[in-house]
Order: sequence, then structure tokens, then C-alpha cells
Amino acid sequence: MTQKTRDDQTLKWVGTRPIRPDGVEKVTGRARYGADFARPDMLWAKVLRSPHAHARIRSIDVREALALDGVKAIVTGDDLPEIASEQAFVGEEPTDYRMMSQNVLARGKVGYVGHAIAAVAATTSAVAEEALGLIEVDYEILPHVLDAVSAIAPDAPLVHDDLCDRKGEKKAPSNIANEVEMGHGDPEAAFASADFVIDRSFTTQAVHQGYIEPHACLAEAGPDGQVTIWCSSQGQFMIRGYTAKLLGLDLAQVRVVPAEIGGGFGGKTTVYLEPLAVALSQRSGRPVKMVMSREEVFRATGPASASRIRVKIGATRAGNFVAGEAWLDYEAGAFPGSSVAAGSMTIFAPYAFEHARSHGRDILVNKPKSAAYRAPGAPMAAFAVESVVDDLARQLEIDPIDLRLQNAAQEGVQSSFGPRYKRIGFVETLEAAQAHPHYDAPLKANQGRGVAAGMWFNAGLQSSAAVMVNADGSISVISGNPDIGGSRASLAMMAAEEFGIAYEKVGVRIGDTASVGYNDVTGGSRVTLATGKMVVEASRQVIAQLCERAAKVWDVDVERVQWADGKATVPDDDTIKPLGLAEIATGAGRTGGPIQASASGSVRGVGMSFAVHLCDVEVDPETGKVDVIRYTAFQDAGRAIHPSYVEGQIQGGAVQGIGWALNEAYVFDESGRLENPGFLDYRMPVASDLPMIDAVIIEVANPDHPYGVRGVGEAPIVPPIPAVANAVRAATGVRFSDLPLSPPRVLDALDPAS
Amino acid sequence: MTRLPERLFSLARVFLPRSLAPYTGGVLEVELPGETIRALIAGLEAAYPGLAEKLSGQLAVAIDGDIVADPYLEVVGATSEVHFLPPVGGG
Repeated sequence: MTQKTRDDQTLKWVGTRPIRPDGVEKVTGRARYGADFARPDMLWAKVLRSPHAHARIRSIDVREALALDGVKAIVTGDDLPEIASEQAFVGEEPTDYRMMSQNVLARGKVGYVGHAIAAVAATTSAVAEEALGLIEVDYEILPHVLDAVSAIAPDAPLVHDDLCDRKGEKKAPSNIANEVEMGHGDPEAAFASADFVIDRSFTTQAVHQGYIEPHACLAEAGPDGQVTIWCSSQGQFMIRGYTAKLLGLDLAQVRVVPAEIGGGFGGKTTVYLEPLAVALSQRSGRPVKMVMSREEVFRATGPASASRIRVKIGATRAGNFVAGEAWLDYEAGAFPGSSVAAGSMTIFAPYAFEHARSHGRDILVNKPKSAAYRAPGAPMAAFAVESVVDDLARQLEIDPIDLRLQNAAQEGVQSSFGPRYKRIGFVETLEAAQAHPHYDAPLKANQGRGVAAGMWFNAGLQSSAAVMVNADGSISVISGNPDIGGSRASLAMMAAEEFGIAYEKVGVRIGDTASVGYNDVTGGSRVTLATGKMVVEASRQVIAQLCERAAKVWDVDVERVQWADGKATVPDDDTIKPLGLAEIATGAGRTGGPIQASASGSVRGVGMSFAVHLCDVEVDPETGKVDVIRYTAFQDAGRAIHPSYVEGQIQGGAVQGIGWALNEAYVFDESGRLENPGFLDYRMPVASDLPMIDAVIIEVANPDHPYGVRGVGEAPIVPPIPAVANAVRAATGVRFSDLPLSPPRVLDALDPAS
Repeated sequence: MTRLPERLFSLARVFLPRSLAPYTGGVLEVELPGETIRALIAGLEAAYPGLAEKLSGQLAVAIDGDIVADPYLEVVGATSEVHFLPPVGGG
């Protein structure tokens, strides 16, 4: 089942499982996360948040709060510069800097319960909290809208009455912030030639990324205007760029020092606290620390969108897909920019459709602004389409994997979102699932098995890396991406492979924004692929320098010098003793000085990822509780640099998707207030809820990467929702179209009288 | 006989998003000369005045199946397929 395009016999480190370089720091508690930083004379800041879902702010009076002993600074929306409308791109969520600024601190009106109105810096956290209670806000409460259906009704209250298009021109009043349409062929006509057509609608609720570490930062603005920010995020350059933009600072004025990150999953690809902390530090002249509570994380940071999706697929009696059409409405929250475009692109992506079309709408509601969440937009779309594919297989009496194989996208096929696929491994992944013992394992009463597939594009974007030779022959690598999924290890392994030295001889550090060239966020499953490419490129430059230095020492033509196994050699003259890294490095002062190189680039050739999941559930007919009893996830990783990390990504994605399917949902009351802003009431799966997630790595090498890498972090969250739903369908005979599949909902369907 | 460089009579196939159909009279596939995305956009603008501005909102393209963000200066092959797409990033 494994296909590898390179000669694996020559690889020493790639594909092995060495100990992670950050492991000791993390398991001993020494690693420093966002809230672990402190500075002398530091102030603590808190945020006043809106109690209303939609209200105009008539006035904010901070005089009494400012007079409180210990309060050193307060900022409101009036204190931030007005930002012109300009397109920004945050994770999978296109937004506008003006809107981003308004989300960080409300101007004129509030758009959701939890919307930031003012921030207070004081000598203690308790004083800052007390001061919040002394700020007087005069609100004119406005009618609000909490779901996409109500939001597009003709008489719906407008979340924004000043939306602009991409040129900055005002748009007609509407809560539909954006529309996308893509596809090819003529599905409408093609449906007439289908023997079977299934047309169903599905809904999903907003869910949070559920990262364990809340947002936290420390900011210090000096009297010279220089700003330093220590924070946990998915990108120190992103924090620098957005904070500078929102405060009108030059990028060179701002240095961002990345902390370790306790989870992000897309939710830390934007700013919430950092501009406030800097503004408060500028006003108070002292460092300012901010740490969100869990409740604030739920109320004020972006969830994944709630969605309503209608899918229609037509097939012949023989099981060939004739046409597919989908209509997707995603809730953006109070500011434009849901992941509906990606949902519309991925919904039919695993299959070869001659006629396919998707229509997506980005819809404003009075809820927190949605944010990217692991393969943004794709899991909800997969829930809809893979449920319909499952129903088609049942109706056609075709094995569900056979049906998918029969219609699978592969190299040269035109995707439903436009381009033709390059080399992809969907067929190999389906075949691996079908051949696995799990697929034929017997089931008992009240148990069912579900199959589902999904894809994610993966991203390249911009990356930089620096590689330096130390005097003792060890190698230092500087990456500009926070290590979320094991990039220190994967970058070190690729560098070790290039130099032909031991993995332990390579040290990878995550540099601040003044230490390494620009890097886009750690997102899009891109770091091992894209920053890895830059590490390989910089390593090869360094090796070329090492060969030149050795040639100088030997006084031979550099073309005669080769690099192998950590040494420079002259293969055509065995009287010349090879020179090792340490020998060349020690003498570098005599041969031209320090040896180092950096590489930067816009990385192409990302290699798309496909995943297929098998899920067994047992449904308790008396309580409606669904237990996942066996789960196997198959994924094309291109090449797994460090298979344990790849398996970890697959397991993590599967678990998050299972939680999304079974339990997780934002619950709002009629006033728009979130009723479950904590992990007691917002139920994510814990280890005792689930069986071991078996991860099976398929390796169809990405021909555009030096080690064949495909991104792996996002594809595994795409199939779990439909895999669970299809398993529940098999166990109960009921097709569930609305998430989550919580016990009350399942029980209602099994026994309506209950 | 002078042999012209192959490039001179090669054309890229450009696929436009469906949302732009109103601005092209319904045309969604165009063959154009051009060695970069910039040149293709200039060709589209010449054929359909105002289209370049509309395309500025499409922040990504796929060139022969390879999705590229911020692609204005990307080189296009002599017979490339180019699709304008919404941006693709991730979480």
C-alpha cells in the first residue's frame, strides 16, 4: 500500500521516531507558555465586555474607573486609530483590517455578547477587575439575529449597515457579507439523467477549537517607541503585522517573542489581546500583561462557524456519480469572514464529478466572529456530502468504499473547485481502509460501522529559515514558526539527513521576529512542508560553503569535492583525508569566516491530503448515548518525516471531529448569551471517552517536496463527523442531519414518544 | 524559414470564477498569451474592461494544479491551465 518515490535506503533519519527535542521542557513544566512571562513593574489588564448581543454605544464614561487607586490606563475604541477598509487574510477567514480593529475594541456599537468595549491596566488583576465595574456604558439596545435563516429574512436586523466591498465601496444593506460559486458542467440538466438523486439538508452548530491554553500576552512599549510582545500564537509575524497595523506602528518598531503554544488549531491565527496590551503599555509607560479566562475564550474568540448545508447528488444505477450541487450557508459571526469558500471548494473535492456546483454564503449574525479551525469549513461540508454518499451506497447496494473508489478523484481529474489534480493518494488511502481487518470485523447488536472520506488542500505560503554551523560541528536551525505539531523534530531530522549527521547534533530554535526572515503562520498544515523546504534549501547552501572551505584547505578545485556522511571528501584522491563538519567549522576563521545560510521563499507544490476513517459505534437504545468503540484513521502523508508526530496529528484530528459529531455545540439563550462557556458544560471528549485511535499512514510521496512531504495536520478532522454519523445510521437505521448527536437528540429519534 | 519560438503561438487556458460571468457575457474559459499571471490579467482586462479589478479579490490561482497565494508575478507555462480561486490557507 505504500508508494515511495525516493530511494528510502539512503535515508537515516526521515521515517524514524527519535525523541522530541522539546519533550523534557514540556513534561517537566519548564516550557514557557503565553502566561508565563513577567517583567518588573508589570501591570495587569482586564477587558470590559458587552452584555448585549447588539447595541449602539451612546457613551462610555471611564472617569470613575480611572480615579480608582491602582488604575494606570484605560483604552476604548476612541483610542485606537481608525483603520481604512483593507483586505486581510486570517487563516481560512478573509477579513478586513477595519473589521479586525472593531472586533478587538468596539466602535459605535457592539455585535455580540462578549464584544470588547474597554481595557483597563492596573497594578493588580483585582484592581483592574474592580475598575471594569466602574466604567459606565450607555447602550441603546438593538434587535439582534442569532441564526443564518433569520439573518437573511427580509426584515432581519442588520448586523452592519456599513459593509464595504473589496474596493472599499459601500454595499447594499444585507447580512449576506459574501457569496461564492464554483464548479463546472451543468448539474441541473445532468440530474435528469441520474437513476437516483438524493437531496438532503444538514445543520451544524458553532464549536470551539478547544485549545487548553487561553490567549495570553505581555507587552512592553518603551519611551523610544519600541514595542516587545511576548505571547502564545500561531505566528509571531502575524501578531507583529496585525498589532502594528491596528495601532499604526512601523513593523520595525515591534518585536514579537513567541512562547510555546498550548494548542491553536486555527484559533490563534488572529489578534484579540495584543493591540490592547500595547496600547495600555504606551499609555502607562509600564509593561502590561493580559490573560483571558476560559469564559472569555468561549465568549470572545472565534469558534468554527455554525452551518446549514443542502447537498444533492445524482448517480446511475451502476454507481457512477452524475452530478452534484450544494448550497452552503456559514455563520460568520458579527464580522464578515467565515470559512464558507473553503467549504464550497472541498465539498465535492474527493470525487470525480462531470457536473458539480457549489454555492456558498457568508452570513452575519450577532455571535462572536468565527475563526479558522483545522481544515476550516471542510468538516461541516464533509458531514453533508459523505452522509449523502453513504445513503447512495445503501440505496445502490454497493459497498461504501467501492462506491467511493468508483468515483474517486485522482491525478488528472478536474476537481470540483477547478484545477486538475496532481499526484494524490486518495485511491491508495481508500484501498488501505478496505484491506484493513477493521473493515470486516464483526459487530454486535446496537453497533454500526461508518466510513467517510475527506480532503484538505494544505498551504505553502511564505517561509524562511536560517542554518548555522557551530564551531564544534553541530548545526543550529532557526525557524520562524511556533512549534505546534512537532516541527522542531521534523526540521531537525531533515537537516540531519542533508548534512549526514546525527539528529541530536541539530538544534532547532523558534526565533523571534528580529531573528529570522518572515514566516506566515503555523497553519494550513504547512510548516514541515514549507519551512522544511527552506531548511533543506539553506542546508544545501551551507553544504556548498563547507565544500568550498574544504577545497581551500586542500587547495583543490571545488568541483572535485563531495559531501557525504557529514564529511567533505575528494572521491578521486584517496590520499586526501576527509574533513568533518567540526574540522571545517573550527578552521572557518582561516577560510572565510562563519558558515551559515538562510533561505526564504513562497512555497509551491504543497501536495493535497486525503483521509478515510472507519468508525464503529454502539448506541444505547435506552439513553441515546453513542459510544465510539473502535476507530481507524487512514491518511496519505506523502512521507511521514517523524511517524509518531503524524500519528499524533491524525489521532488529534479524529478526536476533535468525534467531539464535534457527538457533543460539542455553542448553546445560546434567546438574548444571545452563550450558556456553556466552560469545559464542564461544553463537553469535549477526554481520554476515557474514546478507544485508542489507530492511525494508518499511507505514503504517496509529494513529488514537489525534497522528502515527499504532504501537510498532515488538517485532513484528519474532515472525515470524523460523517464517519460517526454514518456509523450511527448503520446502528440505528436513522439518518441524523443535525449536530451534535447528543443523547437527547438520538433518543428522540429512536423513540419519539420519549 | 524562420522558426518562431514556441511561446509565441502557445496559449494558457484561463478559467474564471462563476461569479464573474456577468462581467464576461457568460464566458468562463479564455485562451490567452502571457508568461505571468500579471500578463494574463492584462489580457483579460483588454478583453473585458473592468475585470482586472474584479479579479483582485481572487487572491489565489491554481497553475497546473498547483495552488499559489499572492500569484501576480508567478510564471505561467506555455500551455498552462490557470484557475482563479478564493484564497486557501488553513487553521
